[in-house]
Amino acid sequence: MDVPGLFNYWIVVVLMMIGFYVVIAQGNLVKKIFGLNIFQVGVFVLYISMGKVDGGTAPILEEGFKVYTNPIPSVLILTAIVVGIATMALGLALVVRIREAYGTIEEDEIEKQEGDVP
Amino acid sequence: MKRKAILRVTAKLLIPLIMLFALYVQFHGDFGPGGGFQAGVIFASAFILYALLFGVANARRVAPAGIVRAGLAFGVLLYAGVGVAALLLGGNYLDYSALAHDPVHGQELGISLIEFGVGTTVASAMITIFFIFAGQDPEIGRGER
Amino acid sequence: MILVHLPVLQVVVPLMAAPTCMILRNGKAAWALALVITWAAFAVALSLLLRVIDGGPISYAIGGWAAPWGIEYRVDTLNAFVLVIVTSIGALVVPFARASVEREVASDRIYLFYTMYLLCLAGLLGITITGDAFNLFVFLEISSLSSYVLISLGRDRRALTAAFRYLILGTIGATFYIIGVGMMYMVTGTLNIADLAARLPALADSRTVHMALAFLTVGISLKLALFPLHLWLPNAYAFAPTAVTVFLAATATKVAVYVMIRIVYTMFGGPVIFEQIPINEVLMGLGMLSMIGASLVAIFQDNVKRLLAYSSLSQIGYMILGLSLANVNGLAGGIVHIFNHAMMKGALFMAMGCIVYRVGSVQIDALAGLGRRMPFTMAGVVVGGLSLIGAPLTVGFVSKWYLIQGALDRGLWPVALVILVSGLLALVYVWRIVEVAYFRPSPDGEAGVQEAPLSMLIPLGILSVVCIVFGIDATATMDVAFAAARALLGGAP
Repeated sequence: MDVPGLFNYWIVVVLMMIGFYVVIAQGNLVKKIFGLNIFQVGVFVLYISMGKVDGGTAPILEEGFKVYTNPIPSVLILTAIVVGIATMALGLALVVRIREAYGTIEEDEIEKQEGDVP
Repeated sequence: MKRKAILRVTAKLLIPLIMLFALYVQFHGDFGPGGGFQAGVIFASAFILYALLFGVANARRVAPAGIVRAGLAFGVLLYAGVGVAALLLGGNYLDYSALAHDPVHGQELGISLIEFGVGTTVASAMITIFFIFAGQDPEIGRGER
Repeated sequence: MILVHLPVLQVVVPLMAAPTCMILRNGKAAWALALVITWAAFAVALSLLLRVIDGGPISYAIGGWAAPWGIEYRVDTLNAFVLVIVTSIGALVVPFARASVEREVASDRIYLFYTMYLLCLAGLLGITITGDAFNLFVFLEISSLSSYVLISLGRDRRALTAAFRYLILGTIGATFYIIGVGMMYMVTGTLNIADLAARLPALADSRTVHMALAFLTVGISLKLALFPLHLWLPNAYAFAPTAVTVFLAATATKVAVYVMIRIVYTMFGGPVIFEQIPINEVLMGLGMLSMIGASLVAIFQDNVKRLLAYSSLSQIGYMILGLSLANVNGLAGGIVHIFNHAMMKGALFMAMGCIVYRVGSVQIDALAGLGRRMPFTMAGVVVGGLSLIGAPLTVGFVSKWYLIQGALDRGLWPVALVILVSGLLALVYVWRIVEVAYFRPSPDGEAGVQEAPLSMLIPLGILSVVCIVFGIDATATMDVAFAAARALLGGAP
């Protein structure tokens, strides 16, 4: 297996696993959201790494260059980044409202409070 | 107080430059890295810097809620409206070639307009998000736990 | 000239109406705009369905760029059917929502409710109509984000945690979807669904393609709430404002089922990929577990909205079972169940909305004696309940019939048995509701409870009547479902 050449993809796997672990294992709601963000960043790196063409330059038209990297993954990731930011903003707004309603943002304390009501 | 004076003077020098840079990024999306989203965020960061140093209340006077909300809606409607205009002028939806007398100018015009719409909405959205988070009641739940 | 542009107008009209609702800060004006727009969207969807039935699939290139380089909106029979379902529910919920939302959402937020509602509708319509895999992700997130907001508008504070959990799980699902699409792009170099379908058979034994299918299936199963990825659904449906529950229960998961059908049958070529990875057997197993498990949990619920949410989980199991049978009867049964379930659950949750409006609670004990005090509402519940069980002359019977036929066509009589057993379990929880409403005396102090306002009863009545009409004569829906199933299976019987 070509380990050094696939360095980017190893980073992708590491980031995704870290992010996913934070989402599952952390009880604090804000940390969960940031774990989600790290998970998504791993995916972004996957897309951009696969777009690179050997010997290609940045996908901006310029005199004297013949080979460009694929612009499509960059464009897709731009959209995905915006979606990720909107999700994070929405999640954090929900956490603020949850804090107002429950007085805490730790998941186990919230479940204890919810467990009393039918 | 002295440190705050330094920060405030520096900010007053930098904020117009930040906004100018945002406009540069906005309109040079065709030729270099940039475009609507990036420009919107940089433009909003100028307002956020002002709010951090001069207080949210002052920043609210510079960016009143009504105007920011109008900016949010305006950007989306501009984007969708350019598409509808292309539709009415004979092409498919978002077919910029139909917007001007020849396809090349049409493409330039179309892209500039929609990126401007994106920039406006993104800047308004970032400003709104910041003001909502920053303007909360600081006494929430502080006495409990 | 408008007719050519119908596919794109289907999405653009609600999408432009949403920021307009936000500018019109008045709740009543926002409601009026939403009413006009949703009925216009319904008209567009009906016209698209009729054109596709006559003339075959319609293709529309956004921006004038031809597929596969550009984004293409592609309408075929399956698409058009789902569009009609989503827009009809969308159009019926708005008149219902007028009274219901005023009771359940804070009055200074009503215009925001309609803004998010129109965005969610635009997102769902975009998912259904697009022919580009990444464009599907964009619309998936638009509809998901607006549904998180809609759910969080409920009065009970548990709506907030329900929306938060849905946000986390839904975003993980969308991210898995996008990983799958990225892998497919790596292998084929295209994002257009029809183009992917054309290129796939040559690559069917590549490991990347298998992994892509796995990621796509898991991602969409999170949105579908297929067992064991269903944890967000019961709380989200129970604590959201009832109009939101009606809309989401009848449309959001159905559109996810549509996406699953598109991925498995159109993108990956159905039977071709089943030889490589037996994904149909996995889905069959999970579908059956959903059907039985969710019905069992539903029997023990005290909150009627939660009971109906678990019932939805089991009905989704039916649709996935139909998908996994991979023959015309089974697939058509699953597709027609998309329509039938939307109508039944829409009616049931609308009845719950009427009950919340008058009684104020949906705990099962609060329903005591309502059979006499709110006769029309409970009649709607009875019709919906009979459809859930699959009684003859209701729509539920039609889908069960074809699912059982599909199972028997493949010789899988244990599966047919499971379908019958889950119908019996549905009988148990429906009987619980009916018994409390009709056979228990109303408690004292309930003298003020009368029938719900007409604006809520009429949409409920329309959905109940549809449940019966299309149960007695199902030729219209079954023709469309069979045409879609045959097209998906490539003409093989």
